[in-house]
Amino acid sequence: MGRYIARRLLLTIPVLLGSTFLIFAMVYALPGDPIAALAGDRPLAPGVVAELKDRYNLNDPLLVQYGKYLGALLQGDLGTDFAGRSVSETVAERLPVTVKLALVAVGFEALIGLIAGVLAGIRKDSFFDNLVLVTTIAVVSVPVFVLGFVAQITLALRLNLFPISGIGEGLYSYLLPGFVLGSLSLAVVARLTRTSLVENLRNDYVRTARAKGLPPRTVLAKHALRNSLIPVVTFLGADLGALLSGAIVTEGIFNIPGLGRTVFQAVQSGEGAVVVGVVTLFIFFYIVFNLVIDIAYAALDPRIRYE
Amino acid sequence: MSSPPNVSSGQGQDGSLLRSSDAPDPTQSRLPVTTDDTSTGGDRQASLWSDAWRQLRRNPIFIVASMLLLVLAVMAAFPQLFTNTDPRSCDLANSRGGPGTNGAWFGYDLQGCDYYANVIYGARVSMTIGVFVVGSSLFIGVVLGALAGFYGGWFDSLMSRITDIFFGLPLILGAILLLNAFTGERGTFQVGLALIAFGWMTILRLLRSSVISVKAADYVQAARALGANDWRIITTHILPNAIAPVLVYATILIGGVIAAEATLSFLGIGLQLPAISWGLQINGARNFVRTSPYLLLIPSAFLSATVLCFIMLGDALRDALDPKLR
Amino acid sequence: MADLTKSVTAPALRPTVPGSHLLEVDDLSVEFRTDYGTVRAVNALSYHLDNGETLAILGESGSGKSVSAQAIMGIIDTPPGYITSGQIRYQGRDLLTMDKAEQRAMRGAEIAIVFQDALSALNPVFTVGAQIAEMFQVHRGTSKKEALAHAAELMDRVRIPSAKSRLKDYPHQFSGGMRQRVMMAMALALDPKVLIADEPTTALDVTVQAQIMELLLNLQAENGMGLILITHDLGVVGEVADRVAVMYAGRIVETGGIHEVFGSPAHPYTVGLMNSVPRVDQRGQRLSPIIGSPPNLADIPPGCSFHPRCPRAEVACREERPPLREIVLGRQAACHFAEEILDA
Repeated sequence: MGRYIARRLLLTIPVLLGSTFLIFAMVYALPGDPIAALAGDRPLAPGVVAELKDRYNLNDPLLVQYGKYLGALLQGDLGTDFAGRSVSETVAERLPVTVKLALVAVGFEALIGLIAGVLAGIRKDSFFDNLVLVTTIAVVSVPVFVLGFVAQITLALRLNLFPISGIGEGLYSYLLPGFVLGSLSLAVVARLTRTSLVENLRNDYVRTARAKGLPPRTVLAKHALRNSLIPVVTFLGADLGALLSGAIVTEGIFNIPGLGRTVFQAVQSGEGAVVVGVVTLFIFFYIVFNLVIDIAYAALDPRIRYE
Repeated sequence: MSSPPNVSSGQGQDGSLLRSSDAPDPTQSRLPVTTDDTSTGGDRQASLWSDAWRQLRRNPIFIVASMLLLVLAVMAAFPQLFTNTDPRSCDLANSRGGPGTNGAWFGYDLQGCDYYANVIYGARVSMTIGVFVVGSSLFIGVVLGALAGFYGGWFDSLMSRITDIFFGLPLILGAILLLNAFTGERGTFQVGLALIAFGWMTILRLLRSSVISVKAADYVQAARALGANDWRIITTHILPNAIAPVLVYATILIGGVIAAEATLSFLGIGLQLPAISWGLQINGARNFVRTSPYLLLIPSAFLSATVLCFIMLGDALRDALDPKLR
Repeated sequence: MADLTKSVTAPALRPTVPGSHLLEVDDLSVEFRTDYGTVRAVNALSYHLDNGETLAILGESGSGKSVSAQAIMGIIDTPPGYITSGQIRYQGRDLLTMDKAEQRAMRGAEIAIVFQDALSALNPVFTVGAQIAEMFQVHRGTSKKEALAHAAELMDRVRIPSAKSRLKDYPHQFSGGMRQRVMMAMALALDPKVLIADEPTTALDVTVQAQIMELLLNLQAENGMGLILITHDLGVVGEVADRVAVMYAGRIVETGGIHEVFGSPAHPYTVGLMNSVPRVDQRGQRLSPIIGSPPNLADIPPGCSFHPRCPRAEVACREERPPLREIVLGRQAACHFAEEILDA
């Protein structure tokens, strides 16, 4: 097990290097001139431009820039934005907001998705099963920004049930955006649970459990569900990693000051350091969550062995 | 005890028939027990696809989805068939005239352009991008996935790492970064490229793993024993049997790509005006949701319905191609 | 001999007095309603079992032998499976009309089953100890600790080496034969009076098969239970069974004492089975397998369901289904020409 984790961590290194370089290249290899963009309409004095370019290593070749960036990154330095603010500071301020939003989303997915999936699975082909099927397909087909928009107009603007935008104290203001953010995965969880349960109910060991004279509830809850939840739990874990970066659209619509909106604004204003820093963090989360999930698999399914 | 004589006449070498209890699996009882397990991939693939087709024809979801998609495809190719109005001939006097104004079914947008004509013309971008992106992703994913799965080794490891790297960036985020790097015009082609760049990985993975599982099958080993070369084994024996899950995914992916294009255009980082796209229309409706909700709802409905059709089509395909779920 | 029995015809193989046997399957029919039509897996099946007796049910895949076992256990999924007629009497009481809780109390405790493929029949995510112990916890309300102690004893009883230390192992950590022993320990936990073994050795290596069969017989001798052995292995049947019932297309085509039936079969299907098996004492002889394939249970041939494959089929066989009738005392066969075959 320890060796497996060590090997996985080693494999993570080239992936992290590759991903960060990919981002770096996309952000810095572009022909535009961020300094000029920064200055806006008033051209800066040549001396100032040169100094700025030097400070942000913009004169070096891409690989050298990347090397310098990595060096700083290893010391925990995510760089500074053009206003001189450290990116780590921005992250520290915005990350909790996005994490809260993602947790609310996963909470919805787990609660509603699981219940709907289980009920549909045990009554395969019933009215409820078909209802879940139709609803989930419909939810999946409506793009998140449309759903967010419509939810905002109806539930917040018209019915006044939720704040229209921004965040307040406590979790209440996170409920609506969290639900929107999690809606797609919620549908996936419901269907995954349903399919997995239906498949497991057909397994021989479920037949054995019944032949042992166990009550139907025990057969379902202990023998069938335990196995069916393995893929669902791993999906939820991986999704938590993916939702952090998926928050771009939702945070934009609901005007939530999280990392998603930060990164989008930074892209538009050409704040390379912020973009690279935040997106690197997203990728780091994604990879770490996937690693944790892989390891958790062993705890859930004794058949999985790590060499 | 003497060696166990088997009663039934044609047990396969792999014991697969030994294993089958006499639970009345309908496919089992229909098949003669003497089915030769080493029959060529061609036979089984023919029966898989013809079974699937028989199943599809009877599936109302498949019929409805494909009819609607046919209409959308015609709409994309020949929008003139649906409207005589030029979507770009606008009259500011009609600005935000609601549905029914001057006989315009869907009313007018902010610039006073006929909204019905705009929504009809919007299908073109969505369908083009969907087909272009998924077609290219299929090409990349199938070629590389088949090679990685069939040959394994360093190429496989390399491909695994590269897909891992691209997987770190979700579709929308990656496309935002890449599109932002494109200077100059951002048209259908550029948006398509950005979506291909971050959309091909799952196809490669799916195909790779299904190639690996098919590769071990008896009929592939048999073909190999008969001296078929790699190219022939891959194209005639492995791919036809490994492609089913990829096709299901690709169908659904078309819907996903269409939604992604709309999202990018909505965010202002995809297509630019004066292009006609549902995402741009929804973006344009942002500030008028109170007074003119139809500006938001109509393109949203078209967009969602299109995505829905592809998802339903993919679902129907999956049901037909995966006998396990029947 | 044939002359004496020619006129004796019994309508069906039914126990004369209900409740006179430990287990009585009476006129049982099971069908599965699928998209492809109704599959008649078991048709008006009757057999019985006594204490300490071994009844072998012999047949090809798809002959309905496992389905009848599942019907006894009450584990047929509805839908698609439906029991359309018959009774299954255990100690004189019909299992099918008992209320659900009572039926469940019988399952595992009074009537237990050992499945063919122990790897898939055991739950992969629970330890074998927990799965055996569950029997005591559910049926007897035993505490977990005590139940695990019982489980260890049982594993010992089915000769699993160092049983105690293996309680916490998972099914995939056992070999095929050991897994089947775990299945047997689970089935025997509550000393059932009827044990159904559904192809218990089919998935195993030949040497292991012999060990498992021997263990099964020893255990049967120990607690005197009735054993229903479902198999397609003529060799096993010949060695261990007291009586045999040969099934074809969901019906019994021949039944009787093992030596009588195997010594001089009275049904062409049984004859065919015997001839398709290589025998050490008849080397050099050609095997003659049964031609054709088992019938599609969604479309069983009219008349005698075996007639399309039968070497001596005549017009009558296509038109009239031969009833299962007594041809010699204690022996029944369902063939128009049973006596002639018996004489041959």
